Amino acid sequence: MVRQRKLLSVPYYLWMGLFVIVPVLLLLFQSFRGMDGSFTLLNITSYFTSPVYLTMTGQSFLYAFLITVMTLLISYPAAYFLTRTEHKHLWLLVMILPTWMNILLKAYAFIGILSQSGMVNQLLAFMGIGAQPLLFTRLSFLIVATYIEIPFMLLPVFNAIDDIDESLTLASRDLGANEWQTFRSVIYPLSLSGVRSGIQAVFIPSLSLFMLTRLIAGNRVMTLGTAIEQHFLVTQNWGMGSTMGIVLIVIMFAVMALTKKRQRGGTR
Amino acid sequence: MTEEIIVSFKQVEKKYEEESVLKDITFELEKGKFYTLLGPSGCGKSTILNIIAGFTEPSEGLVNLNGENAAKTPSEKRKVNTVFQDYALFPNMNVFDNVAFGLKMKKINKKETVEKVKTALRLVRLTGYEKREISEMSGGQKQRVAIARAIVNEPDVLLLDEPLSALDLKLRTEMQYELRELQRRLGITFLFVTHDQEEALAMSDEIMVMKDGEIIQTGTPIDIYDEPINRYVADFIGESNIVEGRMVSDYQVSFAGKSFVCVDGGMNPNEKVDVVIRPEDLTLTDATLGQIQITVETQLFRGVHYEIVGHDLDANEWMIHSTRKSEPGKVVGLQFHPEDIHIMRLGETEEAFDERIEQYASVADAVEKGGGVDG
Repeated sequence: MVRQRKLLSVPYYLWMGLFVIVPVLLLLFQSFRGMDGSFTLLNITSYFTSPVYLTMTGQSFLYAFLITVMTLLISYPAAYFLTRTEHKHLWLLVMILPTWMNILLKAYAFIGILSQSGMVNQLLAFMGIGAQPLLFTRLSFLIVATYIEIPFMLLPVFNAIDDIDESLTLASRDLGANEWQTFRSVIYPLSLSGVRSGIQAVFIPSLSLFMLTRLIAGNRVMTLGTAIEQHFLVTQNWGMGSTMGIVLIVIMFAVMALTKKRQRGGTR
Repeated sequence: MTEEIIVSFKQVEKKYEEESVLKDITFELEKGKFYTLLGPSGCGKSTILNIIAGFTEPSEGLVNLNGENAAKTPSEKRKVNTVFQDYALFPNMNVFDNVAFGLKMKKINKKETVEKVKTALRLVRLTGYEKREISEMSGGQKQRVAIARAIVNEPDVLLLDEPLSALDLKLRTEMQYELRELQRRLGITFLFVTHDQEEALAMSDEIMVMKDGEIIQTGTPIDIYDEPINRYVADFIGESNIVEGRMVSDYQVSFAGKSFVCVDGGMNPNEKVDVVIRPEDLTLTDATLGQIQITVETQLFRGVHYEIVGHDLDANEWMIHSTRKSEPGKVVGLQFHPEDIHIMRLGETEEAFDERIEQYASVADAVEKGGGVDG
């Protein structure tokens, strides 16, 4: 019985080894190699001393932060009201439907909408404001990235709010709390676990968004993801690319640790 | 006890789309009494609680709380609190914060809050548990926290929605005593909902037996147990022998092929009736001494008593709870007193029933004293 179970788990260990542990080790190994293939600490020292890399990391952080805040501001109320509608699961499906589409397709769709002769500019011209340069701006990057990340925030938040027992809301009203007080002292604290997973699901991928930086932001925004792509594919500086990869992984763990569930409450 | 009326329902109906959940419900709850709504699941008893609490509105009829029409009062403004079936304690707060929730919403100052929470927790015997998390509490303790959280607000009415159903038997019996005791001490009106007739009989001042959205009978536990209005109530409130009979005249009923003296009257001569005799009111004797002779078919040892089932010559089934044992196949006699015979008219309304009982009860006492002679 135990033997059989061990045998069955082999594919999973193989998967973990081949696709998680080995690549990370390779990344670590690469980050200690110079352009000529020798062992060096140059990549790490230059990453942490170069103002270019540090600004870029900072910028990357700022954008990921803004994207996360915007998705949260849009998704939380949306999720809250969705749980109160009659066909909530149908509406949820409609709202997360865009995730089934390829990100490139969505990016190209936005190019059409935001371009000089696109829909938005036509509307602005019609209103007498005149066409504005929308594409290849930082704002358009934020808007599109937010749009793309919304479902990843919406889903966990919706689930967390939906999981809150109806009787808790009734109990709160029963004890004299109005709708707002019920939200503040019962619904909101109990939905935080969903918010945490949402932040994890949005913030980390936002750090490494790279296709959008070129297609929508016109390289005006440089994220860690873009930089890694450039190092591997354009400048062929695998060592530096790997170093940044490691930095990204460290940040990822930091975010996970920061958003970790506190021990108190929420456990039922 | 004052006769102040706290809750009254007048011809209240509740419909969900086309389905009628409550039909023409009328009752009054007096201050400081323990009421129980008793009925099987789906009979509408929880809907009554929800209407009083303000979670749902009646489709028709008038609901008064404390003498005022409650239609416009939202649930958070009602002086009514609920103990929910699943307790509905807030998992993000500890015991103190749960109990203090209602006071906090009313913006009562810190010092008074601490004082009141302490008193409430002492009443449910949870002193010293203030800092505990809800997840660390056992089922029975959660139950007490839920009660403390409700009574700390000093409501006019406390609604309890099957609050004991999740507890094991021993704890449940213990909580029955405690709830009853608590209600007496606080003097708050309790409206308790249950499908467990033993619970209802043990705790209530008054029981309302419900069926399919209607209140079938209202009365004290003893009234309902001794004078069930119909087959349904008799069956629901405890194990019963219900046989068909015929009213020969007042105080004279015939069933199982014989005529007996009873304490009921007010029916038409020769009216068909249902006759109820409780299994514990039947005494097992020798065949010759019994008023009815039955052949024992099965015998089950129940601990407190033997449960013996047999048939008489008219093929009526009789169940007897006896501390003396018999054996299957044996012919035995059954003895009972005139007051053990409960007569139920078929399809009688509660009003007519109450009127008839009142009229004949005084006469019945006289008959009882005169001693019953069987026919």
